[in-house]
Amino acid sequence: MLLILSWMKGVFSLSSQHNTVPFSVKEMIAKKQKQQKNIGEKVMPWILLLTAIISILTTLGILFTLITETFHFFGDVPFKEFFSGTTWYPFSDPGQYGILPLISGTLRITFIAIIVAVPIGLAAAIYLSEYATDRVRRIVKPILEVLAGIPTIVYGFFALTFVTPLLQNFIPNLEIFNALSPGILIGIMITPTITSLSDDAMNAVPKAIREGALAMGATKWEVTWKVVLPAAVSGIVASIVLAFSRAVGETMITSIAGGSTPNLGLDVTSSVQTMTAYIVQIAQGDAGYGTTIYYSIYAVGFMLFLFTLIMNLVAQWIRRRVREEY
Amino acid sequence: MVRLIDQNKVTKNIQPRIFRNSIYKYFFLAATTLCLLILAVLFIRVLRQGLPHLDWQFLTSTPSRKPEEAGVYTAFIGTVWMMAVVIPVTFVLGVGAAIYLEEYAKKTKFTTFIETNISNLAGVPSVVYGLLGLTLFARAFALGQSVLAAGLTMSLLVLPVIIVAAQEAIRSVPNELREASYGMGATKWTTIYKVVLPTAIPSILTGAILAISRAIGETAPLVVLGIPLFLIQTPSTFFDSFTALPMQIYNWTGRPQAEFQEIAAAGIIVLLVLLIVLNSIAVFIRNKFSKKL
Repeated sequence: MLLILSWMKGVFSLSSQHNTVPFSVKEMIAKKQKQQKNIGEKVMPWILLLTAIISILTTLGILFTLITETFHFFGDVPFKEFFSGTTWYPFSDPGQYGILPLISGTLRITFIAIIVAVPIGLAAAIYLSEYATDRVRRIVKPILEVLAGIPTIVYGFFALTFVTPLLQNFIPNLEIFNALSPGILIGIMITPTITSLSDDAMNAVPKAIREGALAMGATKWEVTWKVVLPAAVSGIVASIVLAFSRAVGETMITSIAGGSTPNLGLDVTSSVQTMTAYIVQIAQGDAGYGTTIYYSIYAVGFMLFLFTLIMNLVAQWIRRRVREEY
Repeated sequence: MVRLIDQNKVTKNIQPRIFRNSIYKYFFLAATTLCLLILAVLFIRVLRQGLPHLDWQFLTSTPSRKPEEAGVYTAFIGTVWMMAVVIPVTFVLGVGAAIYLEEYAKKTKFTTFIETNISNLAGVPSVVYGLLGLTLFARAFALGQSVLAAGLTMSLLVLPVIIVAAQEAIRSVPNELREASYGMGATKWTTIYKVVLPTAIPSILTGAILAISRAIGETAPLVVLGIPLFLIQTPSTFFDSFTALPMQIYNWTGRPQAEFQEIAAAGIIVLLVLLIVLNSIAVFIRNKFSKKL
């Protein structure tokens, strides 16, 4: 070992004869060890770990906030009333807290959104992935994604001042605040989610499978319907579940154009209230800290959180399954 | 000679299939065009309503009870103040977390847990972040309706977006660069700081700008925090109350008078122009630097 080292030293000193600074491997190692004692090297991983842990703290913060305040809420309102009551009217004395009308409002708007978004979103995804040239796809896909980037307040404004008056021409008994118009706008908002993710899923289908079917004489539509769609189905379903979850959590469009009348039923032409719109209504008003009404927004928020969390986990689970196939 | 293929039969069979194919093709094309059309209608409608009200006076006036005197000055400055909190906080926390996850973390259960957690946080509705901000920042930390409370809430909201973008950027740095750096005797942190980050920074910036433009447009958390809808004074410290562009638009949209809805449209134009400028910068950075690699 020593022999090798001294030989190397000879080599190095030979090659560095032009330079006046002589150095040895030993010195280099010592210098490097000194460098490793550098504070940055020791401390940085821990600082970075802390920044990564912030995300866990955020989750814990959300859970802690929602659970403790919801706990207060259930001190005032029985469990059974909350889940099976059919009237949501917190402003009476005592207030009535049956969440079903809020869920009904949320689901009505969400289903309208899904009815709008799934056909358009899927059709656009099929066009982009199967029919469009690469150039068209590269241009059109980002433009479509602009639809998802527009602030929701803009959609709310558009729903209230443009879509509702427009629909009133066709449906005379449509109220100013209704479930239809925000539902359609949320549908448009989530369309790019479905298009983009389904397009990715269809693109992940190996080209060889497509070419095999085309070589057998199938038309493009037959390839799409019988080969590509079945292969990409989990990705497509995951995109729809994700879009559904986004529609449930959407707040501003429903607050502005949906109204604030919690009611049960299937009517989409009259004013409704979603879970998110209720939270906004109370937070905006001056419900005193510590009142049942104040705690109720956390209970509703907790329901919303659980609902979207479950949907997101389902979407992730479905998507993980597709990854294992290829 | 035996005819193996009956030409007529083939034509008869293939004609309707080709026809169906083209029908579907035009249906799909129509759906795609419909999306683009809706986008165009939305822009044209907002422009037609808002442009007549968009002048220098609108940009430099405080909100007012009279629509012809009202402006977005307070709201615009408020948004800038809020961004002064969001940009450094999300950048440091987001890029830090991404570096940890990509460069330091071993594939343990804990790491997987953090990553799953981040993707779940991305799906939490913004209104729930508002509730978190209301309880934690506004009440527990006694920050009230200040710039800081809103900025921190927004930072937590967009953090998952920037972490995921930064992770992808760091992952796309070729491993050869790292190995070359180690080969020269650089330590891990030196390699990250001097090789990985400079290479990844254009993509990180692109992701960061997209995350920040989401924070600019988001309204629900601000409403839940109780950020005032009507405010004449601009903040002078981070602990002052403020109002933001989307809040101002929300305020104007909610009023029954047609004039207020028109200035709401003008406010929307200001908001959209701000977002378009930011996104153009993001696209510019991506195009300029992606060629180098």
